[in-house]
Amino acid sequence: MTIQAVPQERDRSRQAFLSRSTLVTTFALIVGMLAVLILNALPASSALHVSGATVALLGKYFTYMLLALAVDLIWGYLGILSLGHGAFFALGGYAMGLYLNAQTSPLPGWQSIMTYFPVAALAILLAPGLLALAFGWLAFRSRVTGVYFSIITQALTFALMLAFNRNEMGMGGSTGLTRFYELLGFSLASENMTVALFVASGMAVLLAFWLCRAITVSRLGRVSVATRDAEARVRFIGYRVDHVKLALFVVSAMIAGVAGALYVPQVGIINPSTFAPLFSIEVVVWVALGGRATLYGALLGALVVNYLKTVLTGAMPDAWLFILGGLFVLVTMLLPRGIAGVISAWRGTRFGRRTGERKEVSA
Amino acid sequence: MSRTDGSRFGKLREIARPDRVFDFMVPAQSPVDVRHGPILYLEDVSVSFDGFRAINGLNLTVDDGELRCIIGPNGAGKTTMMDIITGKTRPDSGQVWFGSRHNLLTLDEPQIANLGIGRKFQKPTVFEALDVTENLELAMAGDRRIWKTLLARLDREGQARIDEVLETIGLTEERYRLAGVLSHGQKQWLEIGMLLMQRPRLLLVDEPVAGMTEPEMHRTAELLTRLAGQQSVVVVEHDMGFVRSIARQVSVLHQGSVLAEGTMDQVASDPRVIEVYLGGDEEAA
Repeated sequence: MTIQAVPQERDRSRQAFLSRSTLVTTFALIVGMLAVLILNALPASSALHVSGATVALLGKYFTYMLLALAVDLIWGYLGILSLGHGAFFALGGYAMGLYLNAQTSPLPGWQSIMTYFPVAALAILLAPGLLALAFGWLAFRSRVTGVYFSIITQALTFALMLAFNRNEMGMGGSTGLTRFYELLGFSLASENMTVALFVASGMAVLLAFWLCRAITVSRLGRVSVATRDAEARVRFIGYRVDHVKLALFVVSAMIAGVAGALYVPQVGIINPSTFAPLFSIEVVVWVALGGRATLYGALLGALVVNYLKTVLTGAMPDAWLFILGGLFVLVTMLLPRGIAGVISAWRGTRFGRRTGERKEVSA
Repeated sequence: MSRTDGSRFGKLREIARPDRVFDFMVPAQSPVDVRHGPILYLEDVSVSFDGFRAINGLNLTVDDGELRCIIGPNGAGKTTMMDIITGKTRPDSGQVWFGSRHNLLTLDEPQIANLGIGRKFQKPTVFEALDVTENLELAMAGDRRIWKTLLARLDREGQARIDEVLETIGLTEERYRLAGVLSHGQKQWLEIGMLLMQRPRLLLVDEPVAGMTEPEMHRTAELLTRLAGQQSVVVVEHDMGFVRSIARQVSVLHQGSVLAEGTMDQVASDPRVIEVYLGGDEEAA
């Protein structure tokens, strides 16, 4: 007699690009954006009116979601825990900051090339991208992995923080870059600009989500999951693990750079505190809370934690860090798969199957 | 090939020759050159870790298509030898050649793997978060570059190849199950299947039957014997009964070098081998 077990199969429909999670996430992002736009367009007297300040806040959340996505791509799917992704975010932000400053007063020396938007746009991608390329090449070639890699990413962002704090860098020292007035010839102070930046950030999240989704469902995505779980095996079947890691690390850094560039005009300042190790660690907490290796979990985590942060830092500013730390500990202990894990458990599919009974189907 | 005058017509005639097929239609040939000798050749290889000589003047040759078993007590250097062949460990001295053309000491792990040396680990190592088919798909011989991997699609030929290997390793029924939920024996077979997908010329198999039940062991023996002939297979194993059931040629490793070589019966009656296997235990005790 054979004991027929509950099938413990990989749900192939999840492996298609247009899986349910892609569609739901896309739908949620678009509907969310449209809803905010409509509510914002209501007359200010209406009870449902969403103010420009709120739109700006939501736009900022979008940039955080983008950053969380970048971290999830390499942490969730490749097992590389970067505790310095804030560095790439900040570099993108500084590139944008230079461009914005150049709109009002000419910049000295080499920085004057940042006056032109195409150059700035290139710099937003290349500054984080090249740093990630150089740093990743050295680290992955030497097979620096695990906690050692995490520590040197911390060192990287810390070193950059110290460097950008110096006035000699020409990046505004500890004050950073501020006094932004114009973007592409439009005033940053207008509410239309706030809405435009909100939409741009939302679209960036959507595009980056699709990009990450396309990567993770490709064969390269499966190679990266394989690398996460059994790196030596991947090497012995002939893949260049260091190249795989480098490619995804650079893509991730560029996404983080774009996030930083969208963040800066919406908050009006970029300073060395963005390089602070604490910020990068916070990003990791968002992803852990949301659930790793799902992409939508990272988006949810960033949104939920930052919303909580906005509410709680207003209500009880001293308690916020304790709450964040407590949440992190609780989620790690009770919900190791984060919010996304709760969702899939609730839907009773993959999560249930994987941890379900482990009976043998004997031949 | 006829010499052409370099004119356009000459080239055209060359293309139209009925006795040849286009280059892209020719199945990829393994670059390994075994016309002049063995497929694997180790000469006077030594390596030490912190003063401990794990491999000590090791000489070993494996012929094309051979099934070779390597036995030896714990610490004889069996796994280190595999590490050296696959590029994981660099020896302090000696030579390691794959065919007569490839010096393995100048290559790294992915290069060696792509040349056609497949390795099965002692502990079954499969990609647990992927299903059986996907495990095989990743191992399938093909272009391993990033961009090609990103755009790769499983074509009909690849699917057929996967089906064939699934059949060989007897996991057709389990094809969509996650590798992580397979039994120990099934994982071992999956790993051997992954090696087959690589179309290797040489298979290095480290303790394939460790932890297997008796029937599983029989199936593994059958599988490995079937592979020999098409591929060269080197099996490292502790289990004497298993070795006896598959081996034609056995090498006994002891303290990092080859102690004896021959058929199982020759080796088993060699007084030095008996000494090592029986006397070694007393030393350790």
